[in-house]
Amino acid sequence: MQFSEHWLHQFVNPKLDADELGHALTMAGLEVEDQKLAALLFNNVVVGEIISAEKHPDADRLQLCKVDVGQDKPLQIVCGAPNARVGLKAPCAMVGAKLADFKIKRAKVRGIESLGMMCSAKELGLAEEADGLLEFPASATIGQDVREYLDLDDTLYTIKLTPNRADCLSILGVARDVVAITGAPLTLPAINEASVTTDKTQIVKVNQSAACPSYFGRVVEGVNAKVATPDWMVRRLERSGLRSITVIVDITNYVLLELGQPMHAFDLAKISGDINVRFAQKDEQIKLLNDTEAKLVADDLVIADDSGPIALAGIMGDKPTSVTDESNSIFLEAAFFTRDVMAGKARRHGLSTDSSYRFERGVDYGNTKQALERATGLVLDICGGQAGAITEAVATLPERKAVTLRYARVLSVLGIDISKVETGTLLTQLGFSFTESDDSFVVQAPTYRFDIEREADLIEEVARLHGYDKIPAIAPVANLNMLPLPAATLSMSWLKDSMQSQGYQEVVTYSFVEGSWERDLLANANPITLKNPIASNLSTMRSGLWGGLLDVLTYNLNRKQERAMVFEVGSTFHHADKAQVKSGDNAYREETHVAGLCYGASLPEQWSENERDFDFYDVKALVEMLTHGQAEYRQETHSALHPGQSARVYLQGEAIGWIGKLHPKWQQKYDLPKSATLFELEVRLLLSTALPVYEEVSKFIAVRRDIAVVVDDSVEAGAIIDAVVAAKISLLQKIQLFDIYQGKGIEGGKKSLAFLILIQDTHKTIVDSEAEAALAELLKLLEDKFCAQLRN
Amino acid sequence: MENLDHLITESQADFAACDNTTALDDAKAKYLGKTGALTSALKGLGKLSAEERPKAGAVINVVKQSVEAALNSRREAILDAAQAKQLAGESLDITLPARAQSTGGLHPVTLTLQRIEQLFHSIGFDVATGPEIETDFYNFTALNIPENHPARAMHDTFYVDDDHVLRTHTSPVQVHYMEDVLKDNKTPPLKIIAPGRVYRVDSDATHSPMFHQVEGLWVDEDISFANLKGVVQDFLQKFFERDDLTVRFRPSFFPFTEPSAEMDMSWNGGWLEIGGCGMVHPEVFKHVNIDSEKYQGFAFGLGVERLAMLRYGVNDLRHFFNNDLRFLSQFSK
Repeated sequence: MQFSEHWLHQFVNPKLDADELGHALTMAGLEVEDQKLAALLFNNVVVGEIISAEKHPDADRLQLCKVDVGQDKPLQIVCGAPNARVGLKAPCAMVGAKLADFKIKRAKVRGIESLGMMCSAKELGLAEEADGLLEFPASATIGQDVREYLDLDDTLYTIKLTPNRADCLSILGVARDVVAITGAPLTLPAINEASVTTDKTQIVKVNQSAACPSYFGRVVEGVNAKVATPDWMVRRLERSGLRSITVIVDITNYVLLELGQPMHAFDLAKISGDINVRFAQKDEQIKLLNDTEAKLVADDLVIADDSGPIALAGIMGDKPTSVTDESNSIFLEAAFFTRDVMAGKARRHGLSTDSSYRFERGVDYGNTKQALERATGLVLDICGGQAGAITEAVATLPERKAVTLRYARVLSVLGIDISKVETGTLLTQLGFSFTESDDSFVVQAPTYRFDIEREADLIEEVARLHGYDKIPAIAPVANLNMLPLPAATLSMSWLKDSMQSQGYQEVVTYSFVEGSWERDLLANANPITLKNPIASNLSTMRSGLWGGLLDVLTYNLNRKQERAMVFEVGSTFHHADKAQVKSGDNAYREETHVAGLCYGASLPEQWSENERDFDFYDVKALVEMLTHGQAEYRQETHSALHPGQSARVYLQGEAIGWIGKLHPKWQQKYDLPKSATLFELEVRLLLSTALPVYEEVSKFIAVRRDIAVVVDDSVEAGAIIDAVVAAKISLLQKIQLFDIYQGKGIEGGKKSLAFLILIQDTHKTIVDSEAEAALAELLKLLEDKFCAQLRN
Repeated sequence: MENLDHLITESQADFAACDNTTALDDAKAKYLGKTGALTSALKGLGKLSAEERPKAGAVINVVKQSVEAALNSRREAILDAAQAKQLAGESLDITLPARAQSTGGLHPVTLTLQRIEQLFHSIGFDVATGPEIETDFYNFTALNIPENHPARAMHDTFYVDDDHVLRTHTSPVQVHYMEDVLKDNKTPPLKIIAPGRVYRVDSDATHSPMFHQVEGLWVDEDISFANLKGVVQDFLQKFFERDDLTVRFRPSFFPFTEPSAEMDMSWNGGWLEIGGCGMVHPEVFKHVNIDSEKYQGFAFGLGVERLAMLRYGVNDLRHFFNNDLRFLSQFSK
């Protein structure tokens, strides 16, 4: 909502300067988004008339003008504007005038003295572009200060209105709130009933009185629709952000801005038969004023005549019945359409008009007829003509239910100290009527306040006028109870801090990603997509985090980073199991994942360590840490990963993620000089651990034996260890791989695995023979199961 | 008996002439060895009378102790010199860089969220979460924003399908939480914060289509609007570690709170908008079957990126989602 201070002052003129008024509005909930002067500051510019103009002797494009500025003698001014001519009245900046960019000095232009400057709108900061002097009408008073003549010392406010405050979508509405805030008196414009001087009327039938509880219309005959809109009206419209169009349209817009009542004017000659307010019929269409065609559906409310719809009610009129310069008789409409019937209708047709915006939020149904009278008065004054009698169709108007406000509740909800008398005063300033008992008010809100439906609405009004900034900041008083803290549940901070301590940098990438990342990289045949993505490459909800991490990698490689260790923790999005989704349930399922990517050298470049690149086992170490050493790894294949260097990760029997080297085809596609190693795990199981349980530490020392066995290359080390653990060999406490060897001394296709074996009896000192027996059992097992040969 | 005092000076001179322990052992033999002068002297005691023996023995012992002391002192000196020589050869260039490890770090949004969680946790707020693809019902209707309500236009909503949206705020978590609490037959007081990602169809220098909010909710029998201001002000003062920071409330409108306010924070002589808040609307309580006559409470939503920008002096929102490692590494602790 845009408006000018001077226009507002006609309704209410509190003792506040422009800045104070802006602050007061903001603090009362009418947030001033923008506040500026109607024109840049300039001074000493007056209305001047060119009384003579001669060609400059030394310059083809310049003229020597004599300009009457109301002083004893005219001023000699050199002027280069193409429209400078005798008789023209235009702004004249006098010597000493300050304009936006410069000061006017006595000067010589090509040898001839010039005592001022004739100005364009651009030079005065009134327009972006200008191609000549700003022309004033002949009626302008010579010598009058231009700021005064054009009313430029006016302040323009743009307020951001919240959807509940439709009552402030007019000068009158803002004025009422200023009255409520400041207590200053309200001056309403005098609106007189027009005398009826023609018999001509237009019949109106309201078929849908629930949707249109009141409709007022009147014919004005013999109007001059060609007349220019008066300057004062054009200026007010412009300062409210509306361009002047034609006089009749301007008048309806003016009433909309002034009183908040949307109006429409039809060319009476183009209306055939009776007007009917009804819902659209099947397959009806309307050719709208904005030259678009709208296909109507059954719940579109229309104003129709015998030929069909002539306006989308409360939104926009049609082209054929619109008022033109040639119109002679018009039919003015002021109606009340309910919020319910208007909600969402304009948007459905891709429209949003000043009218629909107001109807959707609620228009004062107590002021409809007044607005019609106001518009009639303006038409008669400006365009002439004869007004007919008002046709009215009024059914049941909405009812403002009385709302009870308990004084105690005001104090309890707001936590402020306000007296009951003060509370009543604030309600009165708002224009609310009420009856009062010992402990409460029964409040009747005015017809324009659609937002007063319950006690909380009134409490908010009291708070707003009392002043939010006067509400104290008070720490609550509450019982102290400790929060439950399950010891075996780890936090998200544990997860992130663990990653950080391992050298990984956290990143945050978008949850919506490029569709191909889902379809190709993650082989997700049925990704979740957005209906209205912000960009086509952000159209698909991610089911995994790798796409984002690879994107981060590429971004940083392009900025000359040579290694990267990054991770992200975030939601991934999946279709929920259809069988389990009930109506109204969320049809999507989310998992929290942690994913990491490392690329380049395993350590920062340095003098003391040999460089090698990250590999599978670096990332596996991290996964081991995150899974508390409990994970199982199974060789399975994933579309994004190298088939021979990847594994699916299982925890407590559940597949929780993947680990592996990026598939070479993706390395190529992403144009990565080296390969990346990745992992991704579902977080849920990582955070649930068991409480540690104490086991006695044995006093008896374990015996260590190292063995090396030769097996086929294909034998997995993990399988050997698993088999040994499963065999539960007596006294064998631990088996750990410490070396792998292939090469000299080992037959091709074979490898040597060296294990450390700890043998311990927790109850007594172990004797050699027992240790040897355990070892022998172990070797037998390895030989039987894996054809392992003890290496000498 | 022969005076043995000369042995002390002689031995000292002999020992001093030795520059390694082998030579010293040889020199030692001259005095303390099997045929050494002092050993011989002691052997000679046997020839003395019983009366003379103790006195003579004591004299020899005094000399022997002096010789031994000289020997030990020299041995120590030789060993010290040898060690000093060895250590001198082992000096490091202590200015060489340390062995480099990868330095990880957390995203500034995470650091900010962790700090917010810690502060609220310290006065008993629990952390709650909810889905990011949200049903229309939870994102709007249960928050008193029915279909076609103009307030929906305040949210530039991403739609997944007709009934599902990317949540436009963290407020739906309030509703989930209150529902869940009641399912467990618990009653207020309820104190939660709900941090998380939210989405709006908006992208320019100051808007990201994805950003983070923290929702706060406190419901009890007499939690007031003044308490809301108290908690938010306390939080901001602690978050920014500035006691002089104040909060200004401006009337605003959110369908799920009433009265509603925009929260401004005093900052460098002006006011900065940091979020919205208000008293939980009776309609929201009604949706979750909490008696709004018995209970009242406040809710607030804070913009996390805004707080992070102010806290760290970051001047461009887009840095948070570009994930430039040169930017992110600045936040490593």
